[in-house]
Amino acid sequence: MSDYVLRVEDLTMHYNTRAGDVSAVENVSFAMKKGEAMGLVGESGCGKTSVAASLLRLLPDNAQIKGGQVFLNGTELIGLSEEEMRKIRWRRISMVFQAAMNSLNPVYTVGDQVIEALEAHDVTNTNEESRQRVEELFRLVDLDPKMMDQYPHEYSGGMRQRAIIAMALSCHPDLIVADEPTTALDVIVQDNLLREMTALQKQLGMSMIYISHDIAVIAEVSDRIGVMYAGRLIEYGSAEQIFKRPLHPYTHGLMSAFPSIVGPKRELAAMPGEPPDLINPPSGCRFHPRCPYAQEICKGEAPEFKDHGDEHLAACYFPIEVSSNGR
Amino acid sequence: MAANYSVKQSSKSKTSTGLITSNEYPNEPLVKIEGLSKLFPLTTGIFQKAKSFIHAVDGININIQEGESLGLVGESGSGKTTTGKLLVRLHEPTEGSIRMVLDGEDKDIAHLRGRDSKFFHRHAQMIFQDPYESLNPRRTIFDTIAEPLAVQGLGSITEREERVAHILDTVGLSPPETFVFRYPHELSGGQRQRVAIARALIVLPTFIVADEPTSMLDVSIRTGVMNLMLELADEMGVTYLYITHDLAVARYMTQRLGVMYLGKIVEMSNTEEVLANPLHPYTNALLAAVPVPDPTWSRKQPDIVGSIAKAIDPIPRCRFYSRCPIRQKVCEENDHPPLEEKAPDHWAACYVV
Repeated sequence: MSDYVLRVEDLTMHYNTRAGDVSAVENVSFAMKKGEAMGLVGESGCGKTSVAASLLRLLPDNAQIKGGQVFLNGTELIGLSEEEMRKIRWRRISMVFQAAMNSLNPVYTVGDQVIEALEAHDVTNTNEESRQRVEELFRLVDLDPKMMDQYPHEYSGGMRQRAIIAMALSCHPDLIVADEPTTALDVIVQDNLLREMTALQKQLGMSMIYISHDIAVIAEVSDRIGVMYAGRLIEYGSAEQIFKRPLHPYTHGLMSAFPSIVGPKRELAAMPGEPPDLINPPSGCRFHPRCPYAQEICKGEAPEFKDHGDEHLAACYFPIEVSSNGR
Repeated sequence: MAANYSVKQSSKSKTSTGLITSNEYPNEPLVKIEGLSKLFPLTTGIFQKAKSFIHAVDGININIQEGESLGLVGESGSGKTTTGKLLVRLHEPTEGSIRMVLDGEDKDIAHLRGRDSKFFHRHAQMIFQDPYESLNPRRTIFDTIAEPLAVQGLGSITEREERVAHILDTVGLSPPETFVFRYPHELSGGQRQRVAIARALIVLPTFIVADEPTSMLDVSIRTGVMNLMLELADEMGVTYLYITHDLAVARYMTQRLGVMYLGKIVEMSNTEEVLANPLHPYTNALLAAVPVPDPTWSRKQPDIVGSIAKAIDPIPRCRFYSRCPIRQKVCEENDHPPLEEKAPDHWAACYVV
């Protein structure tokens, strides 16, 4: 067990809204090994960010974890008090948010903000020590250490994202969760940053969770990939399994709907319908109203999330056969 | 239309294949842009005269043939959107001419006013990026879609109702009666973008500028909207200028592709040709940086550094000079290179390649 950095079991989280209970995360289970990069893909509203926020217990007031357990290197997180959790956050699990522009305070220098994180967690104590550590961190993410005394508005989008990564790295966490880390950036900057994050992850032996709606980005950085749909994890496997031999019809549909600049130009198949409303999710398999292979049984009980061989898990009664891809 | 093409072709070009290739276009282009520039002044105070200018679009030439879909790609700040807005007259050009064939008449549309401007918008429309912002939240779907008809004074109330119902059906929002009296907040993102497309199509325009119309949509919805736009182009013979930052989307949506960098077009050709044989070092880098949805594919690393600068009073040299991996003396000593035909119908603006 100890070679798992993170084990999530039956995690369920709902938001209470005026319109009703939103079932944002429903029975999500997965495990990731140390030093691995895991990608979590899915469309907006499928619960990717909610899973991440539940792991860090950074949830809004109306969110409620209904059940499940999260083990970070053996420590169960869901049952911890807020005080104990605060010690875990940043030190053992940290997060890179989507909007780098908004996660830096405009009136403090970037260096001071990293120092604040360092000193709040007692990683460094004297100013000199802190500045030295910030310098190290800036070098690590390829930022000029001289820039630590500048303000966020003097940074470009890519540089701000680097500063955020430096901050996430500051306390040597076991696990970093990066939520859409490159979404607002141009492709060349994105490429640069992704290469660097992958290199850092390998170099420091860190574990990473990348969250993105862009399956191409996920394909580039992840060892293992989880696909989410309507609050459920519906498929989990190695990057190659997910891309070359998808089991779940939704995963298959995503792959067929994504254009690429390599290979022959092909017709893209649009998926019918739209993702469901999570206040009133469809019964059984939540994909059944849009699924081309759905049968009566799919409307009944939700299919079990089970191993179909080689640690390739999927929740589907009629997984796409490996032999006859696309049936 | 096909007959029309062949007649004109026999008189103008010598090929007998019937295929339209670049040098043998049978017709005058639908849109012809020459030396188009748009400078935005950077003022320091309200009574100060501007000393610096952002060269958002800097002397570009583009021809768009009738019925084709031309893509414009580039990083943010490259001038794609400004070009699109100039073409539908949301900006006044600083310099240059835009000629467009309207109802068979070749007109300069760069400085239209009043009645002419209204007439022009019966033929040219724009679809914006963000359907959450481009639709008025206080108007019903019917009001939004019928507004261009009201502005143009087309049809009676009943005729407008029929046309709106028909166009809703065309863009896949059916049955129309369940949508006409709804408000934008009652629709999903994909449905809203379909409403935006319906509004652009209601006057049956010949030319549409689509500015990142699918970039806000999720994958499973996006493909449906892209396929819809392709079908409509086929059925209604619409000509698109398709603006996107996503090369994979551009490949799917366009036949010709222009690559922009700091207000200049640096490469232009058939889309597949640009992707297969990129000439300009910027195009090369851009292509190398696009993530590929295949974990077994390994890309080569793009060989340029830094990020796109701001086009404020650019130095008279190649705009790409500071980031170029193959720069030479000639690139710094001369102004930005002209777009030249380096291979048959493959244009690039570079002194070196």
